Amino acid sequence: MITTRGDDRGSFRRRFRGGLILLYLRIAWYGFRRHSAYRSAAFAGAFTNAVFGILRAYVLIALWNARPGLAGYDLADAVTFCFLSQAFIGPMQLFGGGLELSGRVRSGDVAVDLVRPASLQLWSLADDVGRAAYLFLLRSLPPTAVGAALFGLVLPSGPAAWLSFTAGLALGVVVSFGWRYLVALSACWFMDDRGMQSLSLILTLFFSGMVLPLNLFPGWLGDLARALPWSAMVQVPADLYLGKRDILDALGFQAAWAVALLALGALATSAARRKVVIQGG
Amino acid sequence: MADTVRTYLLLAWTWLRASAQYPGPLITMAVGAFAINMLDVVAIWVIFEHTPSLAGFGLAEVMFLYGTSSLSFAVSDMLFGNLDRLSQHIRTGSFDAMLIRPASAFVQMAVDRFSVHRFGRITQAVIVLAIALPRLDLPWSRAWAVPPMILCGIVIFSSLFALAGAAQFLLTDAPEVANAFTYGGSTLTQYPLSVYGRDLVRGVTFVVPLAFVNWQPALFVLDRPDPLGLPYWLRFVSPLAALTLAAVAALAWRAGVRRYRSTGS
Repeated sequence: MITTRGDDRGSFRRRFRGGLILLYLRIAWYGFRRHSAYRSAAFAGAFTNAVFGILRAYVLIALWNARPGLAGYDLADAVTFCFLSQAFIGPMQLFGGGLELSGRVRSGDVAVDLVRPASLQLWSLADDVGRAAYLFLLRSLPPTAVGAALFGLVLPSGPAAWLSFTAGLALGVVVSFGWRYLVALSACWFMDDRGMQSLSLILTLFFSGMVLPLNLFPGWLGDLARALPWSAMVQVPADLYLGKRDILDALGFQAAWAVALLALGALATSAARRKVVIQGG
Repeated sequence: MADTVRTYLLLAWTWLRASAQYPGPLITMAVGAFAINMLDVVAIWVIFEHTPSLAGFGLAEVMFLYGTSSLSFAVSDMLFGNLDRLSQHIRTGSFDAMLIRPASAFVQMAVDRFSVHRFGRITQAVIVLAIALPRLDLPWSRAWAVPPMILCGIVIFSSLFALAGAAQFLLTDAPEVANAFTYGGSTLTQYPLSVYGRDLVRGVTFVVPLAFVNWQPALFVLDRPDPLGLPYWLRFVSPLAALTLAAVAALAWRAGVRRYRSTGS
């Protein structure tokens, strides 16, 4: 068992509070830089996201041609939603992973991370924000440009919509991190995290709005999907972009889930600290 | 040929026994593969909650198209889906080891880490097809075309996987590009092609022959006129398209192996 020396950690924090913010900013920058090493992989991802965006857009076009104005979207809104959801795949890491943490739990290196004088959770968050910023540039903008060139996408109606969309995008990344952090840390309890990973993949794809816009889901399924955290990753930011939802209500919903997931993550981190057993040697 | 098949089966059996050492992850991954593909079916169901027909096709017909495409893709993914992971083996140097073993590198690549979880998707496709087929009330005079159609689909998707593998000799840094053609092809053929734009459909008919996985033969099975007005005989060219693509894939793979240079590390 690791015994953490709480007093030492506290005094460290008091002395370096100003430095800590700088530290996390620097980690975010390193996260950005580290991912920029994989530029061709990011472009390949952007290409694939664009191709799938085109295929999914045609299916939605066929549906909206049959039912114009369905679910409060017109045809252009639906196509825009499709390309936005494709653009979110990279920054929100909708297909899972993205955190080095899960590998470090499996290899046991997490034991070292847990005794560092900086919070493992905030450290990972800063790193993940850097990754998201990089992938936004390389994996979100190109597919959206392709969509705009081929189908003509809708633009946000004004500065308020742009601002609220930017805020919603940032909050979506935090919610996505909060969820993936919990999934990665779950490997401390389940010896094999692949089961959790695939469960998370299914929940994320289905309940975020990635498979279909959530306002198409009938009855209670739609209500349930709109209340769950995953909708904060695709449906809510997309609705902010399209101006289909009250701004404060939407941002409040995302912020509430971000706080809840981060709090759960903090609890899980302290539980993991007690759980982790370092094999000597 | 018989030798190759025997090597494949022997290696597959070896990998299966190895993976059976950890039954827990095996079961979760099979269930995961099953469930993740069920999401596609749920999406189709949600769409048909809002409309009785999509681009001129009803629920049972779309499920039939989905089932045939998915079954063909699942079988070829099980047999050859691992080929698109070639770039990993090139980067780590393990492909060099495969080249000097006394068995075909193609077979070793295809069968690498063969595991039961690859059956998860097949089960899902069979269930969808088993539900959709009886609802179509097909007479035998047209239903006979279903098994050859699935077989041709398997050959086409397998060739695409082999082409994707061959492309990795060039695209070591960007293996994801190949997914757009393999997984993209699977996604494309899950819906009636009348959904897509005219140019895209011509492209997947005459360039990458994805229209012959299920669309053209399904027009015969469902006895439908071609919404794009392409000639009637195209419905029966699937075997020819499949064999042509397989030949191209074989040539590409050979060319790739010949020009391959080890990373040397």
